[in-house]
Amino acid sequence: MAAGGGIDPIHQFEIKPIVGLKLFGLDLSFTNSALFMVLTVAVIALITLFGSRQRATVPGRLQSLAELSYEFVASTLTGVMGKEGMRFFPFVFSLFMFVLTANLLGMIPGSFTVTSHIVVTAAFAFLVIGVVLVYGIVKHGSHFFGLFVPKGAPGWLLPFMVLIEAVSFVSRPISLSLRLFGNMLAGHVALKVFGGFVVMLTGTIGVGIVLAPLPMLLAIALTAFEFLVAFLQAYVFTILTCVYLNDALHPGH
Amino acid sequence: MSLKGVVMQIGIATNLVRTTAATALVAAVFILPEVALAASDTGAAKGAFPPFDSKTYPGQLFWLAVSFGALYWLMSRVALPRIGGILADRAAALSRDLDEAAGAQAKAEASAKAYEQALAQAQSRAQGIAQTARETSAKQSDERRKTVEAELSAKASQAEASIAAAKAKAMESVRDLGAETAAAIVEKLTGKAPSAAEAAKAIDSALAR
Repeated sequence: MAAGGGIDPIHQFEIKPIVGLKLFGLDLSFTNSALFMVLTVAVIALITLFGSRQRATVPGRLQSLAELSYEFVASTLTGVMGKEGMRFFPFVFSLFMFVLTANLLGMIPGSFTVTSHIVVTAAFAFLVIGVVLVYGIVKHGSHFFGLFVPKGAPGWLLPFMVLIEAVSFVSRPISLSLRLFGNMLAGHVALKVFGGFVVMLTGTIGVGIVLAPLPMLLAIALTAFEFLVAFLQAYVFTILTCVYLNDALHPGH
Repeated sequence: MSLKGVVMQIGIATNLVRTTAATALVAAVFILPEVALAASDTGAAKGAFPPFDSKTYPGQLFWLAVSFGALYWLMSRVALPRIGGILADRAAALSRDLDEAAGAQAKAEASAKAYEQALAQAQSRAQGIAQTARETSAKQSDERRKTVEAELSAKASQAEASIAAAKAKAMESVRDLGAETAAAIVEKLTGKAPSAAEAAKAIDSALAR
């Protein structure tokens, strides 16, 4: 959005309150971010609940979409964790659908991308790691910490290996949240910058108008690429979630 | 110490670790933007870069918890069991239909086999019938041929007998004729006719030679 002639690529990430709400001294206003979270849930509910209402043996379009999502996530999950991983299916499915839908809704011009905020992606990442820790410890007790002790390592290397494993475990939520956040943020900034070039070049008289199609073409290519990224990042987030949850199911490499 | 005790202690310990880690991260997330802001606080127009504006974090986290919680509840309680049910029903219907089709195919194959068997039986029976018919007709014609041959041979022997009788008769008349002729010749030569018995005797001895 052009603000006073210049193009501000950061403007799209601003959070603006729609309905003010203060609780316990915290600002819990219903913002544009909250609106798109609710929209995300609404879209998923439309596909999965409205789509499956007829329980048709031969599915219609919306039911096909719901079944496709179900089977896609289910096959991803069982591919990593096996059949017993299906106990995490509602969680993984909700996560994948939320991230994917939020990413795709963000591709609508003028909308807000929920996943372009680090606090959202970090919340998801810590939720995943929290589930891994809680489930792993409840299910396996102290055996869960075998995760940090690689099998077959020579004894004198063990302290070093445990340290590395611990660091890699701790860095998981960080990389998980930063990957999604960075991709969404950078993609939208790049789109906005190239879109801004088009506007600025057409605004100048003369040579600019001839050059304007170049960033336009780039912006079009980037848009297609961003749709790919929107799906890919949701998928990567999901498959890494499955890998981490697999550690909780089967600790000790 | 019991195993449960160990687990609980470790649980508490990890809880502690987790809480500390979470606190540290939250602190980092909250402090980093402040540092970044302080570093770049040279009169930025509207303050922090929005994703690092910690003032919006409680609101975002609150609404994320509300919306994701609602989504998880909807998915785990309503949507996923329903879709899973649809898929399971379809798989069951498919396998049932496939089983039925396999059963029908087996039945069809069995009836085809039975038909072939019946056909083979009928063919062999027909062959048997044809064989017996052929044999009877052959026997009949054989018998007929034999009777005809017998008749013919009887007739032939009859004819032979009559020929033999005729021949004997002819021979008889030839003898008589021979005797008369011989008597006549002798009478002409000698002027004295031999008796019939002498002539017959002479002819018989000539014929026997």
